[in-house]
Amino acid sequence: MVERVSATEKALTEIVRLEKQHGPLFFHQSGGCCDGSAPMCYPRGDFKVGEQDVYMGEIGGQPFYMGKSQWEYWQHTHLIIDVVPGRGSGFSLEAPDGIRFLTRSRVYSEAETDELDKLGPPPSGAQMNARAEAAAG
Amino acid sequence: MIQQALNELSQQIRIRPKYDNFIGGNWVAPVKGQYFTNLTPVTGKPICEIARSTAEDIELALDAAHKVKDQWGRTAPAERARLLNKIADKMEQNLKLIAMIETLDNGKPIRETMAADIPLAIDHWRYFAGCLRAQEGSISEIDHDTVAYHFHEPLGVVGQIIPWNFPLLMACWKLAPAIAAGNCVVMKPAEQTPMSIMVLMDLIGDILPAGVLNVVNGFGVEAGKPLAQNKRIAKIAFTGETTTGRLIMQYASENIIPCTLELGGKSPNIFFEDVADHDDDYFDKALEGFSMFALNQGEVCTCPSRALVHEKIYDRFMERAIKRVQSIKQGHPLDPSTMIGAQASNDQMEKILSYVEIGKNEGAKVLTGGERAQLGGEMWEGYYVQPTILEGHNKMRVFQEEIFGPVVSVTKFSSDEEALSIANDTLYGLGSGVWTRNGTRAYRFGRAIQAGRVWTNCYHLYPAHAAFGGYKQSGIGRETHKMMLDHYQQTKNMLVSYSPKALGFF
Repeated sequence: MVERVSATEKALTEIVRLEKQHGPLFFHQSGGCCDGSAPMCYPRGDFKVGEQDVYMGEIGGQPFYMGKSQWEYWQHTHLIIDVVPGRGSGFSLEAPDGIRFLTRSRVYSEAETDELDKLGPPPSGAQMNARAEAAAG
Repeated sequence: MIQQALNELSQQIRIRPKYDNFIGGNWVAPVKGQYFTNLTPVTGKPICEIARSTAEDIELALDAAHKVKDQWGRTAPAERARLLNKIADKMEQNLKLIAMIETLDNGKPIRETMAADIPLAIDHWRYFAGCLRAQEGSISEIDHDTVAYHFHEPLGVVGQIIPWNFPLLMACWKLAPAIAAGNCVVMKPAEQTPMSIMVLMDLIGDILPAGVLNVVNGFGVEAGKPLAQNKRIAKIAFTGETTTGRLIMQYASENIIPCTLELGGKSPNIFFEDVADHDDDYFDKALEGFSMFALNQGEVCTCPSRALVHEKIYDRFMERAIKRVQSIKQGHPLDPSTMIGAQASNDQMEKILSYVEIGKNEGAKVLTGGERAQLGGEMWEGYYVQPTILEGHNKMRVFQEEIFGPVVSVTKFSSDEEALSIANDTLYGLGSGVWTRNGTRAYRFGRAIQAGRVWTNCYHLYPAHAAFGGYKQSGIGRETHKMMLDHYQQTKNMLVSYSPKALGFF
C-alpha cells in the first residue's frame, strides 16, 4: 500500500534510541521560517492535534502529523524523514544530540497518485483522537 | 582569519572560552554543570563552550527577575529611558567588536552586521526610550462626575525565545520594548547562535539593575520548554516556525497568558510591466530588489523568495536579473567585500539543498546556482550555498514553503488579477514587494495583498517606527513600532465617581 511518509534507516535507528529515552514519540511537520519545513519530534501527548491537522502515517511506530492547509500544498509529494548532523532549534527532542531530523521529498508516481485518490484524504487529528478514545474506552 | 579576528577582539573585551548564563547581573554556571560546543558556520569549527541549561536554570533566572520586577516597574520612565539610551551608546562605541562577534557566531557578512544588524539594534533601544517618554495614559469622561483613568502597567516577568538569523537584532527587537515597558525578561537565545548575546552582556550587563535582563542558553527542549510552560511568566514572545509557534500557544493556554509570535512567510516580490519602461536608476533598483532574496543568505522571515514578473518583460528582466545574481560575491564573512556568507548551520544547508532537489523533481528549472558552494581554505567545511534562481509555478513546493536559504522561485503573470491571486495563494502573510512606476496601482495592489508589510519600490528595510508582523499563519503581534509597548503592558482602569449621591438601587 502506498505510504504518505517513510523514514530512512538512520532516522529509524534514532527513533528507537529516542523512544528508549523519552517514551512514546510524536512527529509534526513544521512550516514557516527558521527551522520551518523540518519535522518536530516531541514526547507523545505534548502537542495537541485537532481538526486542522492530518495524520500522515507512522514512522518507526510513531505517529506523524502535519497541518491540513500545509498538507493541501504538499499532497503530491511523499515525505522521507532523514537525520543529519546539525543544531536545529525548536523543541525537537533529538537536537541536544547534535543531529536534526530532515524532511526529504519525492513526487508520487502516477500509480501512487491513483491509489491515493482512491484512498481519499487522510484522517484529521480530531478523528484520530476520537479513534484512540474509542479504542481505549 | 578566524583566530586572528578572535585575537583582535580579545584585546578589547574578554572572549571567554566558556559562557555561563547571565542571571541577576552575574555569570552563573548551569546547575547541572553541562555545556555544549558552539561552532562558527564560517569554518564549521568550535569557537566556545555554552551553558546547556535546564529547568533549574530557568527557575534561577525567574527568581532573579521576580526579585526586581516591582522595583523596575516603579522606576520612572525618564530613568528607564535613560538606561536604554545608555545601552545604545555602549553598543555604538563597540560597533565593530559586536559586528565581528555576530559575524563569527552566525556566518553573515561583516558588511551586513556593520551596516544593518547592529546599527538597527542600537536604534531600537533609542526608539523605545523615546516611545516610553512620549507614552501617555488616557482619561475618559463618562459623565460630569464619573471619570475612567487608563494607566499602562508592566506585565511583570516575561519570557522571550529568539531565532538565529539576526541573533542580536532579534534580541533587541524583543528586549527594548519589554524592558522599556517596565518588565523583567528571561531570554533564551537560539542554540545555533548563543555567543554574540553573551558578549553583549559582558558589555552592557551592568547598565540595568541586576535581574532585569537574564539570558539562559541551552536547547529548546531542555531550556526553552520549561520557560514557555512556566507559570511564573506573564507573557511569552517567540520568533520561529509554525509547529513550535502552535506548541507555545498551547503552553500559554495552560497559563492563560498572552503570546506574540512571528512565524515566517513566503513573500512575493512583484514586478509589473512598467518596471522595464526605461533602463534607468529605477530599473537598476528593481534588479537589486529582485536580488534581495540573497540578503543574509536568504535566512530572513521576509525573504522575497517568490518573484512574480510580468510576462511581457519576463525575458528581458530575467536576463538582467540572472546577471545581477551571478555577480553576488560569495566569500569569507569577515572580508568586507563579501556579499553573501555562510548558512547558519549544517542542517540548514542540507535542508536548502534538499529543497532544490524537490524543486527539480517537481519540474522547476535551475536558472543559476543550485549547488553547495565549496569555498577554499579555512572555509572548506563551512556551510555555503550558491545564490539560486528556480523557474516554475506557484503550486510547486518551492513556491509554498520557506526554504530559508538564498533561493528564489520565479514565475510569470499576465494581469494584475493573476498577480494578486498568485501573491495571496500562500499560507503566510508576512512580507511582500510591489514594483511599479504607477502610484495608484502600487496603492491598490498593496492594500489588496494579505501581508503585514508591503514594501513598495523597495525591499528589506527594517526601520524602527514601521510596524512589522504577519497576517494568516505568519503570526500574531506587531514589532518594531510603539504599538509593541502595548503587547508588554496591562491596562489598569480606575473608574472613579466624584458624586456624593447614592445610585438609588438599594
